Amino acid sequence: MKVSLKVNGKPTTVDAPSDMPLLWVLRDVLDLKGTKYGCGVGQCGACTVHYKGAAVRSCQLPVSSLQGAEITTIEGLSSDGSHPVQRAWDEIDVPQCGYCQAGQIMSAAALLQKNPSPSDADITTAMHGNLCRCATYLRIREAIHTAAAASAATPAAPAATSSRPRQAGTPRN
Amino acid sequence: MTINARVDRRQFLRVSSLVGGGLLLGTVLDATGAAQLFAADVGRGSNNEFVPNAFIRLAPDGSVTIVGQNPEVGQGIKTMLPMLIAEELDVDWNDVKVVQGDLDTVKYTGQVAGGSTATPNHYLPMRRVGAAARAMLVAAAASTWGVPATECETSSATVVHKSSGRKLRYVELLDKAATMPAPDLATVALKDPKNFHIVGTKVRGVDNHSIVTGKPLYGIDVTLPGMLYAVYEKCPVFGGSVKSANLDVIKREPGVRHAFVVEGVGTDPTGLLGGVAIVADSWWLARSARKKLQVEWNEGPHATLSSDEISATAAKLAKQPPQRSLRKDGDVDAGLKSAAKVVRAEYYYPYISHANLEPQNATARFADGKMEIWAPTQLPAPARGLVSKALGIDESNITIHLTRGGGGFGRRLMNDFVVEAARIAKETGTPVKLLWTREDDMHHDFYRAAGFHNFTGAVDASGKIVAWKNHFVAFGDAEKFAAPADGKSPPPFGAGAGIGGGEFPARFVPNFVLDASIMQQHVPTGYLRAPGSNGIAFATQSFIDELAEAAGKDPLQFRLDLLADPAETPQGALVASRMRGVLELVRDKSGWASRDKLPKGTGMGVAFHFSHRGYFAEVVQATVSRAGKVKVDKVWVAGDIGSQIINPSNAENQVQGSVLDGISEALAQEITIERGRVVQNNFTEFPLIRMAQAAPIEVHFLVSEYPPTGLGEPALPPAVPALCSAIHAATGKRVRSLPLSKHDLSWA
Repeated sequence: MKVSLKVNGKPTTVDAPSDMPLLWVLRDVLDLKGTKYGCGVGQCGACTVHYKGAAVRSCQLPVSSLQGAEITTIEGLSSDGSHPVQRAWDEIDVPQCGYCQAGQIMSAAALLQKNPSPSDADITTAMHGNLCRCATYLRIREAIHTAAAASAATPAAPAATSSRPRQAGTPRN
Repeated sequence: MTINARVDRRQFLRVSSLVGGGLLLGTVLDATGAAQLFAADVGRGSNNEFVPNAFIRLAPDGSVTIVGQNPEVGQGIKTMLPMLIAEELDVDWNDVKVVQGDLDTVKYTGQVAGGSTATPNHYLPMRRVGAAARAMLVAAAASTWGVPATECETSSATVVHKSSGRKLRYVELLDKAATMPAPDLATVALKDPKNFHIVGTKVRGVDNHSIVTGKPLYGIDVTLPGMLYAVYEKCPVFGGSVKSANLDVIKREPGVRHAFVVEGVGTDPTGLLGGVAIVADSWWLARSARKKLQVEWNEGPHATLSSDEISATAAKLAKQPPQRSLRKDGDVDAGLKSAAKVVRAEYYYPYISHANLEPQNATARFADGKMEIWAPTQLPAPARGLVSKALGIDESNITIHLTRGGGGFGRRLMNDFVVEAARIAKETGTPVKLLWTREDDMHHDFYRAAGFHNFTGAVDASGKIVAWKNHFVAFGDAEKFAAPADGKSPPPFGAGAGIGGGEFPARFVPNFVLDASIMQQHVPTGYLRAPGSNGIAFATQSFIDELAEAAGKDPLQFRLDLLADPAETPQGALVASRMRGVLELVRDKSGWASRDKLPKGTGMGVAFHFSHRGYFAEVVQATVSRAGKVKVDKVWVAGDIGSQIINPSNAENQVQGSVLDGISEALAQEITIERGRVVQNNFTEFPLIRMAQAAPIEVHFLVSEYPPTGLGEPALPPAVPALCSAIHAATGKRVRSLPLSKHDLSWA
């Protein structure tokens, strides 16, 4: 079926099987490889993107449900890695294998959008759906605090893309 | 994280002389292959670059390109090896661009991600690579000035003539340096480590920017023009094969271009196993078609195997005389007789899966008799050999490109997914990306072998261990299991399922017996991060805790007493003083002495383990609720991996990850077998640790004078028994089997 949607601010029409999850539309139709496949059942969070102001698992969203949707992926978080969360991830040197980190970053960015200075408990709740097989959780937590502090220090944080979620929330599905 | 200097030259020299002087460096491979290449390759590259060797390209714009030769799977090697080269080349790290090397057994030596071997094997060779290039630049400057090279120094990509103050930047020397003879790698001068400016500093991962911006990096991200996507279904029962499949139905499914049965090559699960390949226009279409796939399997002789049957066999073997003796010191029976207290205990740990977050995948293209492969493999050279053998393609016609791997943990030491992709691409004649589902990954792993330890130990009236006996019941190698040639000797251990006769506390207990019996089984086993050690440390250290309790001793002091210098320390064996050092450090950092002030339900446990040349002692503080829910409060780690922490940022990350990985394994991970197949399908049934369970971890390194060694693995094993010891301290309950989720840890 043909579905028109906006990905990272760019209008696009994809022709894909109606049950094809957004994850595979992004990866194999639109060639946006940053969003990762880890489990296919919404358990690992590697496929996290922003939709309707929330961090969601793209492996659980059939493309048929996305007519007119605005989606932000890791590639659209900033044009150059300048989003405070991306910068903090690099600065704190979070990644080991790095495979889960795009999903972690998307969950963290959604959290900060909603809650600019989260507590440790807020972080634990918001990040619960994202597995890191290398277990870099301590640095993920530290990087979220760092990003929050950086955003607070510069209220005019790096410009969001036009499709940046209007309001972010905790992960769904 | 802290790095604590401990200079103990006397101790070092004594150990060195024991093993023949410098032997601790004797395991370091020399880059002789690279050395030969120097003569052939040296000169000007394209774009007027100076190419001193296979690892380095210096461009006129001042940029420095360095090849990272080893597979990167999260251990940080793509950053670390180039750091060593850049250090000795004496350039600024900010000017360095790292590129991943393809498999090339002529240019590179030891392109392996396994066994925490990269640091010990490459620490000197990589430095020599950089130093040799630097020597050519110095020679070029010295020749320009007509001064001896010995009067010149370098810093920040500039050669300086000390007495005259004249300077030439490397970029001004590229032409001339290309005409200088390449020095002998074996004798090229290296920096004094006290002058390091890159090594020993916190350097961020070279792929960080690509990772945080979602750039394609991993095997799963590879895309080729005209590429199709494949799924591959194998028999869920280990050793089974395809009888027939409804290929006609599958071929009519949307987007399906090919569907065919692949004949396996032999029955070795590390090779090409038979199955059904479905190749489609997209992976989703291939996977959707697979849902309609009906295969009649020949399930083979193991279709009734179950975990219960395996446990029953192990229990039976434990009661019989051991099949083989791995070590016997003194007289254990006499030791037991004379003892004040005798303790007997059985320990068990289950199969577990690697569960790399990036499922197994590879991309292959076969054209004009040549096979080109992109794969996240930890062992690329054997991958090429396997493809060559299975598909009858000469190795010279096989190219392997290394992609970043979304986790290794030892799973990608096996190249089954690589040969499958190559086989499918050879049949279709189009580029193909094979991607396993998560369920495929969990059903077709090379699992951490389960193990059964049957201990008898004893302490004398003074609280010293006087006897130690372990009858280890382990697994043989699944399909490789064969009757020994002489018909008499017992079968060999399976991959990752064995134990060595020198395993601690051998040498430290006067009356010591290590025996083993081996069961034939048909579950493929392999190497999971700190293989062997990740289970053995749990059993051994936990039993030491039981003996400390029997002796009425502080379990940490009991371990220090146990680690008194033994009569001899063979090459490569645990050096007692190094382990005492980390135990004392973790004792001091953790506040061990005041643990009796902890509230009821909270306890501290300690454990240590020596593996992969690394010394680690860890203290876990855990709280167990009255209902029996375990929460790790904090972990303190002390490690000794030699004289140099090459990249402290990654070192801390590796250690914290290893400890949480161990805790993750202990909490709830178990692979079970029913009807010859794996029961668990996905992370719902095989849980990985999540943020909520990630306790703070303090990491302390004790710097010694030993050569630097690796860090991918040795911090993991002590975490498991230290946690179990903490649970005992908190609840009085002794955990003798894993995972913890199977235990009732409630207390009143």
